[in-house]
Amino acid sequence: MTEKIIFAGFGGQGVLLSGKLLCIAGMREGKYVSHIPSYGAEMRGGTANCQVIISDEEVASPVVFHPDIAIVLNTPSLIKFEPRVKAGGLLIYNSSLIDEKPSRTDITVVDIAANDIAEENGSSRSANMAVIGKLLKQKPELASLESTIAALEEAVSARNRKFNPVNEKVLKAGYAA
Amino acid sequence: MSDKILMKGNEVLGEAAIIAGCRYYFGYPITPQNEVPAYMARRLPQVDGTFLQAESEIAAINMVFGASAAGARVMTSSSSPGISLKQEGISYLSGARLPAVVVNMMRGGPGLGNIAGAQGDYYQATRGGGNGDYRTVALAPATVQEIADLTIKSFDIADKYRVVVMLMGDGFLGQMAEGVSLPEPSNQKFDKPWALSGAEGREPNIVASLRLNPEDALEKLNDELQATYTQIEENETMSESYMTDDADYLLVAYGMSSRICRSALRALRKEGVKVGLFRPITLWPFPEKELQKAAEGKQKVLTVEMSAGQMLEDVKLSLNGTADIDFYGRTAGMLPDIDEIVRRVKNYGK
Repeated sequence: MTEKIIFAGFGGQGVLLSGKLLCIAGMREGKYVSHIPSYGAEMRGGTANCQVIISDEEVASPVVFHPDIAIVLNTPSLIKFEPRVKAGGLLIYNSSLIDEKPSRTDITVVDIAANDIAEENGSSRSANMAVIGKLLKQKPELASLESTIAALEEAVSARNRKFNPVNEKVLKAGYAA
Repeated sequence: MSDKILMKGNEVLGEAAIIAGCRYYFGYPITPQNEVPAYMARRLPQVDGTFLQAESEIAAINMVFGASAAGARVMTSSSSPGISLKQEGISYLSGARLPAVVVNMMRGGPGLGNIAGAQGDYYQATRGGGNGDYRTVALAPATVQEIADLTIKSFDIADKYRVVVMLMGDGFLGQMAEGVSLPEPSNQKFDKPWALSGAEGREPNIVASLRLNPEDALEKLNDELQATYTQIEENETMSESYMTDDADYLLVAYGMSSRICRSALRALRKEGVKVGLFRPITLWPFPEKELQKAAEGKQKVLTVEMSAGQMLEDVKLSLNGTADIDFYGRTAGMLPDIDEIVRRVKNYGK
């Protein structure tokens, strides 16, 4: 199993954290992982993305241009990454913020109202967790929900750990959605 | 595996330096290596070390000179244009026989270029960007784990031979995170009787790179340096040969490009194309004999770099006309394309 993933959204939506969380969860289950953030002229409100690989074998090139899975949290990210998903791949998009529907028919398209689910469960700032929950449901081979919940402590910075109970709740809600 | 931690290359570099006993870091910010000074600023005070953000790269390398002269383990880091500014200091350190670790997380050039990862500073690192007959050991990790392990080694090589060791990464390696087991300290001890440690009760030591008398002073130093470099070539050369034994074709690449080549190799092997990968870990000393062995009998050798072809020169010098050598590179922070490598290697068989 080798899954190449791109997480993309606005800066501040937590796409880098999402990638990191999934990596730590996968790593705890004995998988090889890599995470490359977009960096540089990025800022809050701008676009951010990260490239993640979760694999049973050592990661050769960590670069992901054509992902098996794209997770897009806003419209600019959908426009940028939908065309890049490999045929037969998976696209999960945040229907709370993205109005238009993805047009590809050669990939699996899954929508999740991430902000709404997060809002209902405590805070819309945890919308990224709803998406990860959905991803884990679709692709259980990446990591289990339990490992991912356990990885929150390590992935989330000390000053934001107080939000982890909400993060956990939203993760579970996204998984069940 | 489960005891691993997820860390960025730039951060693990800082932690490994601390494990190696480095307590002094002087630097000036530049993307894509800013996590190194950020990490050191946070961590060094916790271990009674000194972090200092200098007013420039030139100031930073001269602070390295001072700390090293006093016998301390010391490091600076920067990225390509910043490393250019440090070259005078690196030459002075080499002339004064002072150990130091200098990290270059390479970015696109020339000039200020851009902030994406690149490998365009190979010449600068292996040929000497500063003046005079000196060499810097240049180590090129390909994974975050290897950044950690080679950082430990860098300090030992620097102290053992009293030379500057350059750790050559690139923006991608510095920014990426992978699972890593923090390395153990090597616990090697190096006496530094030459250090400016306080002259009470002994003759003062002199640390300088100015040696005005040509025959007695400067040529003698140069002879000593050359003898040291010969020892380093004999003892410290490192490389990895991967699936080279049965291969018809050989890829040669280091650092980030070697990982791209490894992906191409997997794709080619799946299709039954016998291809191997030779990866220099020391860029200087270049693993000449090891490459000769890996390239023996190969129909074609393809050198892949994130540059216009710099290591290519060492590949050609090492193989000295005994192999058919091709080159594929991207510059400016662009990455070599796996499909293009696959296409080329398949073409060699036609």
